[in-house]
Amino acid sequence: MGPFVPELISDQLNLVVALLLGIAFGAVLEQAGFSSSRRLAGVFYGYDFTVLRVFFTATVTAMSGVLLLGYFGMLDTEAIFVNPIWLVPAIMGGIVMGIGFVLGGYCPGTSICAAAIGKIDAMFFIGGGILGVFAFGELFSLYSNFYDSTSLGSLKVFDSLGLSQGMFAFLLITIAVGAFAVTTLVEKRVNRTSAPSFEFKSWKHFAAGAGIFALGLLFIVLPDRRTHLINKVSDPKYAASHPVIVIDADELAFRIVDREPNIRIIDLRSPGAFASHSLPGADNIALRDLFGKDLIPTLSRRHVKKVLVGNDEGQERTAYLVLRELGYENLAVLQGGFEGFEKTILSPGSFIPMGGRWDGDVKAFRERAREDILKLIAENKNKGVKEPKKAKKVQGGC
Amino acid sequence: MNTKYMNPYLAGFLLGLVLLVTIFITGRGLGASGAIKSIVVATVDAVASKHAEGSHFYGAYVGPGKDNPVKSWLVFEIAGVLIGGFISGLASNRMKFVTEAGPSIRPKVRCLFAAIGGALFGIGAQFARGCTSGAALSGMAVLSTAGFITMLAIFGSGYAVAYFARRLWI
Repeated sequence: MGPFVPELISDQLNLVVALLLGIAFGAVLEQAGFSSSRRLAGVFYGYDFTVLRVFFTATVTAMSGVLLLGYFGMLDTEAIFVNPIWLVPAIMGGIVMGIGFVLGGYCPGTSICAAAIGKIDAMFFIGGGILGVFAFGELFSLYSNFYDSTSLGSLKVFDSLGLSQGMFAFLLITIAVGAFAVTTLVEKRVNRTSAPSFEFKSWKHFAAGAGIFALGLLFIVLPDRRTHLINKVSDPKYAASHPVIVIDADELAFRIVDREPNIRIIDLRSPGAFASHSLPGADNIALRDLFGKDLIPTLSRRHVKKVLVGNDEGQERTAYLVLRELGYENLAVLQGGFEGFEKTILSPGSFIPMGGRWDGDVKAFRERAREDILKLIAENKNKGVKEPKKAKKVQGGC
Repeated sequence: MNTKYMNPYLAGFLLGLVLLVTIFITGRGLGASGAIKSIVVATVDAVASKHAEGSHFYGAYVGPGKDNPVKSWLVFEIAGVLIGGFISGLASNRMKFVTEAGPSIRPKVRCLFAAIGGALFGIGAQFARGCTSGAALSGMAVLSTAGFITMLAIFGSGYAVAYFARRLWI
């Protein structure tokens, strides 16, 4: 499951990966004609909309790829870097960059590309860029408060607009196709004979547009993987045809007292509930965090029994079925939930005789278990509070 | 120069794939302005390290126990962009020392404005935490609000001032 940094790719190797990807990036930029400032500036004057075509197509392609890989569980979308926003500095910076784009005719990436093939104006652009960053750094104390202002975190655009992920993807694709059509017309108006769009036949434009639009429609109905799986297992028909393995409180208590190494307790309850009362050695992982790639090593050990503990059996069952859907094995649901375990094992004098010949033994065992487990819980509390496991995110940014 | 460039939709698709592969493998997107920042920080640190360490801006990236800022993902990526652009230009026979400018602009004036534009981009990219590649393109691919807002600000502002700079290009 991607991304492969940092588990499979070390920081050093990542630098080599960066170099290789950069070569691909530079080659494509140059092939697209982004090594020409006149071509780049054309988007602002209507004589050459290459920038728009390339930009929009690249965005739609990459975005669609991320959504699809996420849906099929090949990419951990919680672990990838989503650049955070400082709202006012971003807008102000964008405005300044826009002016720089029109005056300079490049952006940083394309300027490097153009300088590589000998464009002297690009070299001046880079030089100016270096001076600009230097000036910014030297005068930083003048605006350091502004620089850090209006930080809103890693917001997702569809959340900010109140749309679902799929709906936003569809709208973006629709806008892109519309923009392609409109700009082609504008280009032909501005440049009656030599518009770049004349290089391709009309039907090709149309076919591409229709294809992308169809992909957009697909996204409206494609839910994100987490929602999809939770809904799937919550369907009563699914639950009826997928029985779960249940472990009762006595068995779990026995394994804890016996210091059984091949057992792992996953506590699905809220951090607050976990902090006040929890079982020794338990990990506090919410249902929504079970999908990440960082848990794969823990959960895929087939000889380790993963016991799911929650507020009630219903919550545990949902988690059990989701984990089965994700491909994990050797799972168990705790009978009666955490409350049941507390009542049966941890509370003194709550023994209800079942009228069998083993009553005496069960009672003795439970009393011993209670003492032992309460001692373990106290020991663990002294070691310090365990942080709830959250997916590790990749660091990125400029 | 009327050279044969690639179909922009194909180029866009390939660019999207490169970006997708980058996100898939490394969990982050492409970028550019950050590399320039790293180079400036490393240079300032090399020339005046006390000043760098004491600065609120440079200080975040330099100091005891910290790697040379040049050993960063973006710097290596940009080195790749240089190589990739060079190879592509060589393969398509577009290697030429030339200054591109509109029909009514002298090369010297064009280069002056290129430098000004570069400086503005350098400054703007610091505030926005990225440029068209890093903040806008990579941001939009992961559906970040920052990506879309930055992109709209860049292109909105560009269109607003285009009329006043038209002599440079048309």
